Formats: sequence, C-alpha cells, structure tokens
Amino acid sequence: MSSHPTPSERPVGQLPEGAAVQKNVAKRQFFGKLWQATLITSTLVALVVLLLLAWNIVNDAFGGIAIQEAVEIETLTGGPELDELSQAELVAILEANLRSRVLNNLNRDQPLAERDSANLIEIILLEIVKPEVVDTYKLQEYLFERERIIAELAVSHPRAELEFRSWLSSDFLFKPMSSNPVMAGVRTALLGTLWLLVLTIVISFPLGLGAAIYLEEYQNDKPFDERNPLGRIANAFILRTSGIISTNIYNLSGVPSIIYGMLGLAIFVRALEVFTSGRVFGLAADATANGRTVIAAALTMSLLVLPVVIIASQEAIKAVPSSLRQASYGLGATKWQTIWRIVLPNALPGILTGTILAISRAIGETAPLIVVGASTFIVTDPTGPFSKFTVLPIQIYNWTARPQDEFRAIAAAAIIVLLILLLSMNATAIILRNYLRSKRMV
Amino acid sequence: MAEQVQARGEARVLRGSRAQALDLRKRPRIGETIIQTVLFICGFISIFTTIGIVYVLGQESLRFFASEEVNLVEFFTNTVWQPVIGEFGIIPLVNSTMMVTIIALLVATPLGLAMAIYMSEYASERMRAILKPVIELLAGIPTVVYGFFALTFVTPLLRDLFGRDVVQIYNVMSAGLVVGILITPIIATLSEDALSAVPVDLRQASFGLGATKWETAINIVVPAAFSGIVAAVIIAMSRAIGETMVVALAAGASPAFTFNPFMPAETMTGHIARISGGDLSYNSIDYNSIFAIGLVLFFMTLALNIMSRAIVRRFREVYE
Repeated sequence: MSSHPTPSERPVGQLPEGAAVQKNVAKRQFFGKLWQATLITSTLVALVVLLLLAWNIVNDAFGGIAIQEAVEIETLTGGPELDELSQAELVAILEANLRSRVLNNLNRDQPLAERDSANLIEIILLEIVKPEVVDTYKLQEYLFERERIIAELAVSHPRAELEFRSWLSSDFLFKPMSSNPVMAGVRTALLGTLWLLVLTIVISFPLGLGAAIYLEEYQNDKPFDERNPLGRIANAFILRTSGIISTNIYNLSGVPSIIYGMLGLAIFVRALEVFTSGRVFGLAADATANGRTVIAAALTMSLLVLPVVIIASQEAIKAVPSSLRQASYGLGATKWQTIWRIVLPNALPGILTGTILAISRAIGETAPLIVVGASTFIVTDPTGPFSKFTVLPIQIYNWTARPQDEFRAIAAAAIIVLLILLLSMNATAIILRNYLRSKRMV
Repeated sequence: MAEQVQARGEARVLRGSRAQALDLRKRPRIGETIIQTVLFICGFISIFTTIGIVYVLGQESLRFFASEEVNLVEFFTNTVWQPVIGEFGIIPLVNSTMMVTIIALLVATPLGLAMAIYMSEYASERMRAILKPVIELLAGIPTVVYGFFALTFVTPLLRDLFGRDVVQIYNVMSAGLVVGILITPIIATLSEDALSAVPVDLRQASFGLGATKWETAINIVVPAAFSGIVAAVIIAMSRAIGETMVVALAAGASPAFTFNPFMPAETMTGHIARISGGDLSYNSIDYNSIFAIGLVLFFMTLALNIMSRAIVRRFREVYE
C-alpha cells in the first residue's frame, strides 16, 4: 500500500494529504477548464448560427443570372439602343413586329402614337424582346465559380449573358406582386404590413394600457359605494375578477399564435363579416368583399399582442416609485389625476418601448394571418381598412414554398426587407425610450 | 369634511362640541368610478379572449364530432389522417408534432443550459454585453425566416451528409433542428434568470470549501435553480409544439405516421396552416376539423404552461 492512499483505498471521510492534494486539485481544475471550454463552444454556436443564417440569406438575395432575349435588341433596331430612338421609330418597331390583334388591343387602351417613349420601350421589352432568365446563381457560385458557370452556359444557352443581379433593389420595393419572379416586387405586401402595423397599434395600445393601469393601480380599489349593499356586492365581484384577469393574461401569452388566428377567423372574419368587410358602413370594396380584410387581421393581431403589451406596461408602471404617488395624494389629487399627470408620464418610456417591441414581434407573425385569410395572390394595393391584403411574411412564405430558384432569391430579398423593417422599429423603440427618459420629470 | 377643506381651499370651523358620527368611509367620485369601470372593461377583454378561444374552438369541434363521418374514439386512436377517405385519426399529426418537439428539445436544452451557465457563472461583463444582444437577436428573428433557413440550408446540408435517398426534401429532422435553434434563446434567458437568482452566498460557501467553478456550478447552483430551469424547458416545449412556420415549410404537407425523422410528416400546426391557406368553405368537414385539432393543441400548450407555473411555485427554493 502506498503512503498516499487513492480515493478507493482511503477510508470514507478522510481527505487526501500531501502531494495527493496537488494531484487532486490539478485534476479537478483540468476538468473544470475542459467543461468551461465546452460551455464557451456551445455559446459560440449561437453566434455561428446567426452568421450562417445571415450568409444564407445574403447568398440567395444576391447573385448572378443568365439572361437570354428572344429577339436581340440590336437585330430589332439595327444598332442603337432603345432609349436612343425617337418615339416615332419606337412605334414603327412595334407595328412591324407585333401581330395585328395585339396591336389593336394596345391601340384600344391608348393609341400608340400618344404613348411616351418610356411606355413604348416597356412594351417592346415585354412583347418582342422578352428577356428570359434561364438560370439563377447564388452569390457564392457567382463570385467563386464563374468559369464553370460560363462554360456550362456556353453549352446549354449560348445566347445567354451572365450578369450580376441584386434581387433586392428599389424596383423590388416598389413593384407590385407578379407571378413572374423576375418582375415581382413587395410593394403590395409592404403596404399591407404597414396598414396592419398602424391599425394594430391604434387598437391594442389603448386597450393594453388601460388594462395595465387597471391591474396596477385599481386592483384593490372599491369603486362602488360601500354603504350600499349593492355596492358591496359589486366591489366583491370586481376584486375576485381582477385576480383571474392577471392569471388569464399570463396564460394567454403562452397560447400558440395560430390559435389566435383561428379565433380571428371564426369571430372577426365570419361572425362579424358585416363589420369587417365594411358593408355595414357602405364601404365594401366590391361585390366579392368578405371578412378577410385588414381590419379583421388587425383585430386578431391586437388580441395576440395584448398580453405582452399589458405585461410590459405593468412592469413600467410598477417601476414608478410610490413616493411620487404618495406625494401627489398628499397634495390632494385624486387617483386618476395622479395616474394621468404623475405615473403615466414617468412610465411612458417603458410603456412605449414594450409596446413597440411587442408589435414588432407581431409584424413577423405569419401563422395567424394565414388562417385569417391574407390573400396569397393580390396585385392591388390595400386602400383602406376594408381591403383585402397580404403581408410581407406571407409573401415570403409563398415564395419560399415554390421550388424554382428565382422564387427563393426574391424570398431572400423580401426577408432582408422584413429584417430591415424590424430593425428600424427596434431602433425607434430604443431611441424613443432614451429621448423620453432624458425629458422625464424625475 | 377634511377633503372638502382641501378642495375648496377655504377653512371651515368644525363645531367641536357637537358629537357627530363622522362617516370616514371613502366617498367615491363619479368621474373616478367611470374611469375605473372603463379600465376594468379593458382588463376584462382579456377574459373575453380566453372565453372566445374556448367557445370558438369548442363549438366548431362539437360540430366536427357531431358529423357522421367522425367518431370521438376514432379521432384519438386512428393512425391515419386522410379526410378524402373519411379517416380522421389525429395520432399521425400528434406524433409528428412530438417528434419535432423532442428533436428541438434535444438540441435546445444542452445549448441553452450551457449558454445560461456560461453567462451566469463564467462570463465577464464584456462577454455578457456581447452575448445578451446575440441571444435577443436570435429570439427576435421571425419564424418564417427560420423556415426559409430550414428549407434552403439545413435540408440540403442533411441531404449532403446522409445521402439523398435517406433524407427527403421535406423531413422532420431539419424542422426539428431549426425549431431547436428557435427555442434555445427561451431556455437560455429563462435559465439564466433562474441561475442568477441563486444568492451569491451559496457560491461563496462552496468556493470557501475549495470547490472549482465548474463543481460549484454543477453541484450547487444548478440544483438550486432547478425549478426555474425545468419551468424554462417546459415553456420552450410548449413554444415548440405551437410553432407553425418552420414545420409548414420544412416538414412536408402529408400527414404520415412514421418514426423516421428523415421522412416528411405534417404536424398539427402545419396541417391547420395548410388547410386554412387553401380555399375553405365554411361548414365543410375540413373547416371543422382544424378547430378540433386546434382544441387539442390549445389544451396541450395550456397544460404545459400551467404545469410550468405550478412547478416554479411549488419547488422554488427560497433562501432569504
């Protein structure tokens, strides 16, 4: 037996001695460092995933395309570019190359001679030149494997030209939806999102704030006259319900968002169709108007964000020191005066931040809007709360679900638009909070 | 009497000799009562929401179960969901949901817990200032972007790793992995809150006895915060069950009862999204069926949320 017993040889309860202590400590510290390295690696996984996500999106949203034109512009014009030609020459090209039926249709809408050059060029490109995207390439391929791509193109599509394409462009932002991915834009979806945003804020902010004020300030208050037995009963009822409301809000914040969508579908879209389609106000968009409108979606999203707005506002109101309230009461103010003039202005930065963050989360929600019935294909911009609509996340969902590469590219571009929107909302929240904090009374 | 003095600003002489029984109970003002009632209604709307959810889901589900093609027992035991031939068994959908959830938890729990332990025990202020925004960024990304990521990055990666015949284009594994990434911030932040709430004295005592940082973290701090960590995992599980977009994009559109994660299998939420995204006639059996599925989903997530709250309340160790 050695003079330094190992743990298995040592009687229970006896600590190591002498040099064994060094070994023991060294071993434990070694394992500690090992585990620390594991922890750091796991934490870095988060960063790596974020970077992979960003790279994946950028890789798809920018890249190269191979464009092939049905009729080359040079053969059409005999040399000069389209924008160098006069309007009369453009009309001549159209009349020479289009079938008479198409020409008659165009002339019926507006005579060719009266259209401006830009319009004529557009028609020439659309009907005669017909640029067609024969292949799409991701950014990585375009940057690093260009020779291979050019060699492949020389074989499969000899007349095609390879050029850089940013699928995210100002055109993309302003063009309406289209079934052709090259010409599609997110304008319809973006407007729908903005309409939804504004209406949701208008509906949920007052309701959420009111509920939060009630829960924080009035929960133990007795509004009805205690001297009256009816008043006592009313007070008891209100007190009992307030506790239920708090628990209820907490549970609601954990309900999956798609269930809110089903609630909205059954109530706002179906049962209240007269209201949400605008028919009761005489503002129905057209004969096919149904309840699947922006206002129905906004009501649904308001229900979705309400628990979060309430909880965030509650925290902000709770944070106002009670010394301020007591001072106000001491000067003889009523409860509401105290709330309106003292508590709310002090809690406003927190309330606004929480609300903006909650609603920015709602912008990214897709599932409830799918159920409520955002249109999958709509080309007209939403003009009011009673119009049919689509939103950016649903657009992304539609485009991602399609197999063609070009749709994936524009889905990635739309994702960038969505992320920029979210980022700006979060930035607004932070800036607003800092600004209001600097102006606070306390 | 006293409030009248303050409000009017004039002094009133109290006839002290007269023994008056002053009624000092609070006399409510009408304006205050009105405001309080209005605010109460605002709070009450949240109850309307819950009542609305239960009522709507219940009513339409009742209509679903009342129709002839559907049988309550069959609904819970049949392993086929094919409305075209009248088979309404929810087991394939629930099975797929649970597969995605389990894969997600297997990914998220170690990662989230590791992040939480690192942030609360090891990280310096600077590291924490970098890590917290990263985790919040991950939590704030819309789920449809995660769905895009799953379909365009994770699935091709899996197909390259395991072979194109093994892994189908739509498969449960990539959906599960991405949902796992999605719920990791939830576990990380909630566990970190729980770990930070453990008082410093316990750690100091452990260091005083000669334990290393890792031994303290694993043997002292984590068991102390265990209720909070379990609650975090349960909340994350509930979130994974309710997740729609990732599974709708990556897991496929055909309900299938399979235990192979590399095959497509539609989940409850994916099915609801697909059916309501198409042309839906009200009062068709398809329309009613999504409410029945929604009811099951609602009760599952509600039960999990209540359980997590109960665990925190019952098992939280109070040190002060």
